[in-house]
Amino acid sequence: MNELIIEAQNLTRKFGDFTAVDHITFDVGRGEIFGFLGANGAGKTTAMRMLTGLLSPTAGEARVAGYDVASQAEQIKQEIGYMSQKFSLYGDLTVYENIRLYGGIYGLGDEEIRKKSAELVEMLQMEALRDKRVGALPLGWKQKLAFSVALIHEPKIVFMDEPTGGVDPITRRQFWEQIYKVAEEGTTVFVTTHYMDEAEYCDRVSIMVDGRMDALGSPAELKKQFEAEDIEQVFIKLARGADRDEG
Amino acid sequence: MRTIKFLLQKEFLQIFRNKSMLPIIFVMPVIQLVVLSFAATYELKEVDMHLVDFDRSGVSRQLVTKMQASGYFTLRSQSANVEEGITDIRRNKVQLVLVIPPHFERDLRSGRPASVQMNIDAVDGATAGLIQAYGRSIIQDFDAGIRPDVEEVRGGGPGGIDIIPASWYNPNLDYIKYMVPGILVVLVAMIGMFLSGMNIVREREIGTIEQLNVTPIRRYQFMLGKLLPFWIIALFELALGLLIARFGFDIPFVGSVWLLFGIAGIFMLVVQGLGLLISTVTHTQQQAMFIAWFLMVIFILMGGLFTPIESMPVWARELTLFNPMAHFIKIMRMVLLKGAGWNEIQHLAGLLALMAAVILPAAVFRYRKSTG
Repeated sequence: MNELIIEAQNLTRKFGDFTAVDHITFDVGRGEIFGFLGANGAGKTTAMRMLTGLLSPTAGEARVAGYDVASQAEQIKQEIGYMSQKFSLYGDLTVYENIRLYGGIYGLGDEEIRKKSAELVEMLQMEALRDKRVGALPLGWKQKLAFSVALIHEPKIVFMDEPTGGVDPITRRQFWEQIYKVAEEGTTVFVTTHYMDEAEYCDRVSIMVDGRMDALGSPAELKKQFEAEDIEQVFIKLARGADRDEG
Repeated sequence: MRTIKFLLQKEFLQIFRNKSMLPIIFVMPVIQLVVLSFAATYELKEVDMHLVDFDRSGVSRQLVTKMQASGYFTLRSQSANVEEGITDIRRNKVQLVLVIPPHFERDLRSGRPASVQMNIDAVDGATAGLIQAYGRSIIQDFDAGIRPDVEEVRGGGPGGIDIIPASWYNPNLDYIKYMVPGILVVLVAMIGMFLSGMNIVREREIGTIEQLNVTPIRRYQFMLGKLLPFWIIALFELALGLLIARFGFDIPFVGSVWLLFGIAGIFMLVVQGLGLLISTVTHTQQQAMFIAWFLMVIFILMGGLFTPIESMPVWARELTLFNPMAHFIKIMRMVLLKGAGWNEIQHLAGLLALMAAVILPAAVFRYRKSTG
């Protein structure tokens, strides 16, 4: 964890009077699985959108893969993978066509695309579904596909916004196996989740409350710091102090 | 360039897989062209006529016979009183009162100018115009020395008689030749303006645009990916429409079809550019559709399709300078019907090119991959 993939300093985003993300400061290293927790509306998605160059920060700064989010958003995009909360691949294209499209957009050669798609489809055990239209697939499979598309250009970091929301436990487990595999290969994983058991799988966890980052550390450290049995208790202790409504 | 190849591949796959869009793109314009072109024609049917013949001569009878023989006019009633005829018009019994003055035959024989009077029910102005034109051409054909004196009767008004001078003939045939090229322009413009812009807004609604926005895709690449497929489809449809025009409606192709396609290519860039520009400032298809329709209606009504631009007030005529559709309709008619070449249309083509050069970069510039 010598190389830093994300360095955020007082990163802030306001929408009018509302401060969605309030001066958050943190680092994420290479190959780390970084869990990003928080109640609905705590500012997780906004923070993630800033780090992926989809939203410009109001104040503070952040570097992702060495590039500044405010001024070098386009350079960042070549280095990151992104899997949004809402499934955003093309439902009327097949699994393979979606992979090919994004491979092409990321500038992969034909041979590379062919090799990569075969690899990804195999890793996700989706060989049989290769030529199925994505719209007809169950949610769990869609999410797996979104994950593979996010990885096609071998990014330094992959951002995942609630990748396992609404997914069955078995697929969820498979998902995390893939996450571990990817992290072992050196890709940083930045993941938001509502599942506290998933938080335990992360190398480090941060918990956002009302736009602030109120806790940051490994699951073990956090449990010790907040004198809790598990992350869920940590979360509840912190969330109790929140002003913002859920939703 | 490679990126654009992948984007085009994606767009075409999606277009041809969309079971509800495909007929809209390919069948509806054909139906519209055929239906609109036939419906927009004013076919003159049997006109009921009242005859007031003050002359009662051989020549006046010959004239009436000739009118009946044309198949357009039927003699319903006659009297010796013009007022009676007008009353018949008021009661919707006849649409035309033909008045032949005394000494008609004598005047004609002695070479003096003779005239007949046509009183026409002009509540339906278009039909009245046709009755007048048909009647006039029959009468003039009968003897060039007769000067038809046309009077039109309007419903309601005091006196109810109006005179409209008209100088056209055989409007039936002219009209369809005049309309079809214009309708073709409207059809390709609709594809250009609605489909490419709507496509982007749809991606925004579904959320697929977000996945694209986190890739290093360039804005112009994205825009070209949206522009080119519908550009190709619109030109294909123009070809289809021209085939129908040529073989279905017998529209002459006097000028160069290649020139026409060249200009159509530029025209498409303008309307598609507008569609794309609209898509960059709207969030839902509903908003985009509303703005696009707003522009479209203005373009059509002020484009010289139905009403001639020359008869608009000066300010409106100057506004049509900014109406790409007006220019292309004009070019289409000039090239197809009159055989105009590059020299005659270059100023209009230049205007279109200028519009494209302003609108397209504006659309690319307005498109944002990130917000805030």
